Amino acid sequence: MATEILMPALSPTMEEGTLAKWLVKEGDTVSSGDILAEIETDKATMEFEAVDEGTVGKILIGEGTEGVKVNTPIAVLLEDGESADDYQASSAKEEAPAEEAPSDEPAAAAPQKAPAMPAKVLEPDYPEGTEMVQTTVREALRDAMAEEMRRDEDVFLMGEEVAEYQGAYKVSQGLLDEFGAKRVIDTPITEHGFAGIATGAAFGGLRPIVEFMTFNFAMQAIDHIINSAAKTLYMSGGQMGAPMVFRGPNGAAARVGAQHSQDYAAWYMQIPGLKVVMPYSAADAKGLMKTAIRDPNPVIFLENEILYGRAFDVPKLDDFTIPFGKARIWREGSDATIVSFGIGMQYALEAAEKLAQDGISAEVIDLRTLRPMDLPTVIESVKKTNRLVTVEEGWPQGSVGSYIASEVMQQAFDYLDAPVITCTGKDVPMPYAANLERHALITTDEVVEAVKQVTYR
Amino acid sequence: MAARKSVKKPNVSAEELTHYYREMLLIRRFEEKSGQLYGMGLIGGFCHLYIGQEAVVVGLEAAAEEGDKRITSYRDHGHMLACGMDPDGVMAELTGREGGYSKGKGGSMHMFSKEKHFYGGHGIVGAQVPLGAGLAFADKYKGNGRVTFTYFGDGAANQGQVYETFNMAALWKLPVIFVIENNQYAMGTSQQRSTSSAEIWERGKAFGIPGEAVDGMNVLSVKEAGERAVAHCRSGDGPYILEVKTYRYRGHSMSDPAKYRTREEVQKMREERDPIEQVRDMLLTGKHATEEDLKAIDKEIKDIVSKSADFAKESPEPALDELWTDIYADEVPQENA
Repeated sequence: MATEILMPALSPTMEEGTLAKWLVKEGDTVSSGDILAEIETDKATMEFEAVDEGTVGKILIGEGTEGVKVNTPIAVLLEDGESADDYQASSAKEEAPAEEAPSDEPAAAAPQKAPAMPAKVLEPDYPEGTEMVQTTVREALRDAMAEEMRRDEDVFLMGEEVAEYQGAYKVSQGLLDEFGAKRVIDTPITEHGFAGIATGAAFGGLRPIVEFMTFNFAMQAIDHIINSAAKTLYMSGGQMGAPMVFRGPNGAAARVGAQHSQDYAAWYMQIPGLKVVMPYSAADAKGLMKTAIRDPNPVIFLENEILYGRAFDVPKLDDFTIPFGKARIWREGSDATIVSFGIGMQYALEAAEKLAQDGISAEVIDLRTLRPMDLPTVIESVKKTNRLVTVEEGWPQGSVGSYIASEVMQQAFDYLDAPVITCTGKDVPMPYAANLERHALITTDEVVEAVKQVTYR
Repeated sequence: MAARKSVKKPNVSAEELTHYYREMLLIRRFEEKSGQLYGMGLIGGFCHLYIGQEAVVVGLEAAAEEGDKRITSYRDHGHMLACGMDPDGVMAELTGREGGYSKGKGGSMHMFSKEKHFYGGHGIVGAQVPLGAGLAFADKYKGNGRVTFTYFGDGAANQGQVYETFNMAALWKLPVIFVIENNQYAMGTSQQRSTSSAEIWERGKAFGIPGEAVDGMNVLSVKEAGERAVAHCRSGDGPYILEVKTYRYRGHSMSDPAKYRTREEVQKMREERDPIEQVRDMLLTGKHATEEDLKAIDKEIKDIVSKSADFAKESPEPALDELWTDIYADEVPQENA
């Protein structure tokens, strides 16, 4: 029976790609291991091999086609004696597997586009009328690093695969070419060691950017982040500190299991001496990264693998920076306040949209930086809406939300008309199974439900 | 005719010898005073004395040039005095006073001097090793020809990050001298009970890092080895390891009764190998100094140390405002604290 060759997923978060090139043509005989095609994702170009043997009966997707969804049939492989005419596209395949509840989709399955920008950007970080360019978070981070490296010779980037490989997630693409091996440095796989070396280099007057392939691996280095980088300024009575950035993807990606799916926002937010940034949009990623590199303190910059490929409007300015400690109101509302940061903003914004359809007006605040944290903006909003829901992917006990809830209780108790609800990830290590992972993460429906609860609807 | 006894004459001037004597004696007396103040409750927490190990830092400082850096563990008083930091400021930090190097906020284990290129004073065993390599990384990046002395003990030599650092330091040819101060005991665990290799410096061979073992009770041997290490690093050949075999007379910290070794072992070391006595003998037998000269130095050192103790007692405790300073270099208001 004819076998359909499907568009492969080449990374945990890939949803679509470009069929860059066919290396076989119709009528060719192939055996397993032969290279069939080159597939391009936003991160890399990869070769795609045959698994079965047979004859290429029909090529269904021509080369150069962009946006081919994972699992779309791209060719048909025939066994001996079969003819291409025997093949009939099986539409059934594309529908399977059925989702149990469409609203319960994991973050990774969402399309690679950001929720619509608010009609007008409230309190923008740039002059009115600035030209905007659609940019992915990945490119925005790269541009920010490149601009700062041009500006200051003492800024350098080190980490695993940042140079010749162009970044495990392609965030450092092109930097080696522009800045050379002295300033874009591949390290061995040795987080504890290179985090310590980078911190020492910061003591010595340089401005290191340390990329952790993911923040999960930074647990190997956390002693240097906290004991060496964050505390030295204080312990030295102000004589020396560590002006540097620790950055990399944080939180769950997709289907990578417990050891690769943890949100560290609440951990780092606790440490005096650190500043902690967790952007959602590409514009914020860029403006805050530039600020982080210039900051004279150690900065934890928590990125998100799923957001890397999302495109947002980024202002076209020569030097666009965003100050720390300034939240952004994405959406004004009067019935309830939703506070989030990082990828949590996706659920917050989707929930606000759904709630609007039910006649509930939610104000959505993106904290952007967790330390310093713009609590005054949150408190002001609560004074207006009298209800608060926080949204994050991290665990519930000692969460960012529980800190905000306690501050709001202390500073605005009389304004609260309902207990604060903290929406978090579930209190479990991240499971691998797709359905369990979906349930472990925070969902848009849970945010909607929480807002209805605090508004007594 | 009896063969003339060939004595290897040390290649050192009377001035230099006197200088080493003075420096080592300053550390010895300073540490004795620290122990005394600790006993009086004026110094708190952990306090690790350097008595017995004086020749290590004094010998290596003699091989250093202005601008070279140093970094060490929590047993750091000797390093600070040897690199020229003010005994008053060090002692006042031990007593947690405003006049201390860290304004009283660091204590015995966490002290720094940007002016003297002393980068701490680190309380986590082994953490100073990659930090020291990082200082060397910065110097190589800037191309300023400086080297960094990175001190750690035989105990720290079993930390994984030391070998992560050896690997990168060799790979990137960082101008760092790894000084293993082997005082034979990792807190209370002897080297035989904790360390698979008898010669720790030989572990560098696995990374292609040259090194040598050095008699750490002899200041001249330390200085000469230090000069070889500095020459190697400064010429751009990468890191170098000195395993300096030394001995601490006191316990690991003030609260350690040191029951894991015999009193005779300590006594034998004191009587036969004491670094200060060795230099004293050289000065006297070589007729570079008289008993009177040395007495005068002793008195001078005693005065410096007494003065530092007085300063450390009289300096006020830090103002309560200090609690909230130096957390951020740009002093972001701690509105959420």
